[in-house]
Amino acid sequence: MHMADALISSTVGCAFLAASAGLIAYSCKKVNEKEDDRKIPLMGVLGAFIFSAQMLNFTIPATGSSGHLGGGMILSILLGPYAAFLVMASVLIVQALFFADGGLLSLGCNIFNLGFFPCFIAYPLIYRVIAGSRYEKWRITLGAVLAGIAALQLGAFSVVLQVLFSGISELPFKTFVLLMQPIHLGIGLVEGIVTSGVVLFVFNLRPELIDAGRESLAMNKINIKKVVLSLLLAAAVSGGVLSWFASRNPDGLEWSMFKTSGKEELESSEGVHKAMLSLQKKTVVLPDYGFKKAEQTQEESVEHKNAAKWPAVDAGISVSGLVGGSITLILAGITGWVLVKKRRI
Amino acid sequence: MERFDLGYMDKISTGNSPLHRLDPGAKVIATFVFIITVVSFDRYEISALTPFFLYPLFMAAIGNVPFGYILRKLLAVSPFAVFIGIFNPIIDRNILFYVGSLGISGGWVSFVSIFMRFILTVSASLLLVAVTGFNSICMTLEKYGMPRVFIVQLLFMYRYMFVLADESQKMVRARSVRSFASRPPGLIMFVPLAGQLLLRTLDRAECVYRAMVCRGFNGQVYPAKRPVSGQSGWFFAAAWIIFFVIFRIYNIPFLAGSVVMGVFK
Repeated sequence: MHMADALISSTVGCAFLAASAGLIAYSCKKVNEKEDDRKIPLMGVLGAFIFSAQMLNFTIPATGSSGHLGGGMILSILLGPYAAFLVMASVLIVQALFFADGGLLSLGCNIFNLGFFPCFIAYPLIYRVIAGSRYEKWRITLGAVLAGIAALQLGAFSVVLQVLFSGISELPFKTFVLLMQPIHLGIGLVEGIVTSGVVLFVFNLRPELIDAGRESLAMNKINIKKVVLSLLLAAAVSGGVLSWFASRNPDGLEWSMFKTSGKEELESSEGVHKAMLSLQKKTVVLPDYGFKKAEQTQEESVEHKNAAKWPAVDAGISVSGLVGGSITLILAGITGWVLVKKRRI
Repeated sequence: MERFDLGYMDKISTGNSPLHRLDPGAKVIATFVFIITVVSFDRYEISALTPFFLYPLFMAAIGNVPFGYILRKLLAVSPFAVFIGIFNPIIDRNILFYVGSLGISGGWVSFVSIFMRFILTVSASLLLVAVTGFNSICMTLEKYGMPRVFIVQLLFMYRYMFVLADESQKMVRARSVRSFASRPPGLIMFVPLAGQLLLRTLDRAECVYRAMVCRGFNGQVYPAKRPVSGQSGWFFAAAWIIFFVIFRIYNIPFLAGSVVMGVFK
């Protein structure tokens, strides 16, 4: 469920980068307050553990496909939410940089989806409530399973929203949600079971580890209000700064509306304005009716409907784009090849 | 285990090409601007994206990174982008233009566009690490205001990853030898395996921590800095950013294509 750069817009990417950076700074402050040198190597090691545990694949029952440990929940149980969030963020950074799981711009989205929800929502609001202060096996199991499911559901839903807001994918909201949520219900269930299994295993052999984690957490009361406020602020600021950039690039909807106006001058800077005008012309039924008909005499009514949404584009323009694009690609390829040759000489 | 060949990336990143010697901050900024520019294009854009292939090609060629390696990495992670993108041709079936008599739907155009963005952005970030190295990136992040704790966490995790990767590989090998190389273990077997690994990890952490305290560890890490070659990094970044901006504003391949088409008419 790692987001890729190719699926998000720069506004969404930067907003979530800002939000995640804010959360990282906040968590760092919280972790620093405790002045516990010992915790720093422990965090590093547990991050590495999440990686190596992902090398141990397991077979998901009934499907035959293999899955691996997600990590957010188990880290929260062992380290507390703040440190766990930092570890999750660092795991995701390394995944983005070395394995290309997710990208640099979508890093913020990924940290948010896979770190924020398990550490700051599912852990304190579900696991802590169910597992409580007494340690009973069934409580730990139930808490970990439910929290695991909830974290993944929220994360998956957040992926859906991010993709939708970016407007790169054609998937309608309903289809996308129906695709993502059930799949992640299954994954969440399996992950929850594995998490609770590992926690119980450790609890049986070395109960002090779980207890130690818990004690250090007791003082961590998450100030949700603060977190949400800073998130909103970060999103608003980055959204505002970036909107000038985004607004210069008409999105798909604006583009298609613009095309309906029947003019192909893409260079025009008043694209949105013209598009609005053309939309207005369409919505006013009577005055323009005759004019519209005259313009599109040969078109059937069905085609007309299509045309309103996806107008036919001048073929010449598109072919020029293809030709020019191919030439550029070939040139870029040759440049790369020449550079390599030159280095070898 | 192809996916986990961290060591190889680490080895490339210690290379000594002109790109490796540039200021890491400049490379990080250039790559980030590159990614933002690429994703900012309209979703039906194909031709205007093509000049941007020059950047990863340049990085790989000058940085001495094997193209095949980057391609294999790209292939390994492509499923998600393809999974989301493939719905575009299914849903958006309206014909956008014709090539000869073949109608190309808007969905296919946007799918190709998504795939191109995917290749560009992923290869750019992989190449950034390959010519910069993880430690230098972390130090850059710190320079630009990331909290120290987080940087230390990143550096630690990176070091431990190699240690633990060996550990878990041992476990995987031991299990597969005893089970006649059968499929991955089921849930019942996986839990004690992961639990065991976790306990070993924690023991290891304790050892390492004690060793570090003996050597005077006080919560700070001081990685060795690589020498960088003066201002040329910023020249590199500025030149590329100007390139990105020009190709973002003007669709030069399209103009070139029009000229070529004009000649043939």
